[in-house]
Amino acid sequence: MKPGRPGEGSVTAPAINISGLRLRFDSGKTLFDSLDLAIEAGLTTCILGPSGCGKSTLLRLISGSADFTVQGSISFLPESSNKVAWMGQDDLLLPWMSLIDNVMLGARLRGEITDTVRRKAQKLIARARLAGHEDDLPGALSGGMRQRCALLRTLMEDRPALLMDEPFSALDALTRVKLQNLSAEMTRGTTTLLVTHDVMEALRLAHRIVILGGTPVRMITSLQLTSPPPRQPDNPETSEHYGPLLQLLLQEDQR
Amino acid sequence: MTSLRLLILAGGLLGGWQILVLITGIPPFILPGPLPVAGAIVEHWQVLLKHLNTTLIEIIIGLLIGSLLGTSCALAMVVSPLLKRWMQPVLVISQAIPVFALAPILVLWLGYGMASKVAMAVLIIFFPVAASFYQGMRRTSPDLLDLARIMDARPAATLRHIIIPSALPGFASGLRVATAVAPIGAIVGEWVGSSGGLGFYMLHANARMQVDVMFAALTLLAATSLMLYFSIDYLLDRIIYWETKQGIAP
Repeated sequence: MKPGRPGEGSVTAPAINISGLRLRFDSGKTLFDSLDLAIEAGLTTCILGPSGCGKSTLLRLISGSADFTVQGSISFLPESSNKVAWMGQDDLLLPWMSLIDNVMLGARLRGEITDTVRRKAQKLIARARLAGHEDDLPGALSGGMRQRCALLRTLMEDRPALLMDEPFSALDALTRVKLQNLSAEMTRGTTTLLVTHDVMEALRLAHRIVILGGTPVRMITSLQLTSPPPRQPDNPETSEHYGPLLQLLLQEDQR
Repeated sequence: MTSLRLLILAGGLLGGWQILVLITGIPPFILPGPLPVAGAIVEHWQVLLKHLNTTLIEIIIGLLIGSLLGTSCALAMVVSPLLKRWMQPVLVISQAIPVFALAPILVLWLGYGMASKVAMAVLIIFFPVAASFYQGMRRTSPDLLDLARIMDARPAATLRHIIIPSALPGFASGLRVATAVAPIGAIVGEWVGSSGGLGFYMLHANARMQVDVMFAALTLLAATSLMLYFSIDYLLDRIIYWETKQGIAP
């Protein structure tokens, strides 16, 4: 493993630039103190770190859904592309809506349902091998199908950046691998920031892995991967970096 | 299965009632057995039906107005923080004052006709409906609201597609409770002052020591309340289809 220096990476065209981010809670605990991070455009960046290191908080800060007052800046490049799509650990499907209505949720909430939107949703559903289930309620779908539906809902948004917070962690191993492959295929070319605690998932999906840790949380290291995702377990990069990354995470967790 | 369970339950209650009368030897002017009560129902069927009709209309109108007011109040409190500040005390007061204590005043203000009984039913129904719907909306998953916000949702669309459906199961519980207690309002109103309805007829029978007729009216009232409850329950199961049905969206 050839780690880069903290704050460094072979970043060419950052889509999201986090600069000097400082977050201090009312309790006095400082989570981030001058955190710098550049998320490259069109690539998948995975954030790895021990539990409680602020991975999800960082994602929520980027999405603008966290009610914290922070110092520093989170900027989108270009500035007009400050719209993100979100996918979390819970699929957040609305149980009263059919699969296709869940996929088109964003358009429905903005009052933008058109035939074009419907056709696009049907195309995505077919690509995710969910055709024939358009009218099914989420309660009738398996965990994997629900998460595929959540992924499609995220992709339907056509946002410059995707924020994914441990989206596959609640799935069984086989379904997770299938979803990771689908996600890698469908998010290709989209700026994606994926938070995970699973080293193998990061190695399968990421173009770049960022390790967070320490108190206050900082970027410990970043790792640029060269082969295209999704990588199989026998991929040389996967086997080369799995052990050292896991070791690094264990060390961070014990601190 | 539900019908069979109800049948067994009704049979058990009637059997227990008959056994109680036989064992204790309570005189019929205190507690008549189920057979004399059934006889009274058959004998006074026409009159009972007329009064039942009056009470049923009072309950149904009360349910409709009470539910409408309750849901409107809950919606107003969710939509406007200002209205919430003004309406929350009204909601609490509507429960703090015993509704039965208001019955004579309502009869005085609204007369001996149907209006005062409907008002009683409305007052009883209003709180469970408003409180359950409001709490249901307030408990909408913050993650869902965050998702809607990230999606640039219109506030009205979030209310319609996320907040209100999220609150429906809670609202349904409140409406079920309201349906079960609605007859109390109508009957108490009739006791205080009326010229019709099962409550009025019970007082009428009581004055003439027709205990079997009183029990006949009571039995009809219980059967009607049960029927009303199951009708609302059936309707709510159809509206909140995702709670009971795991299949295709309607």
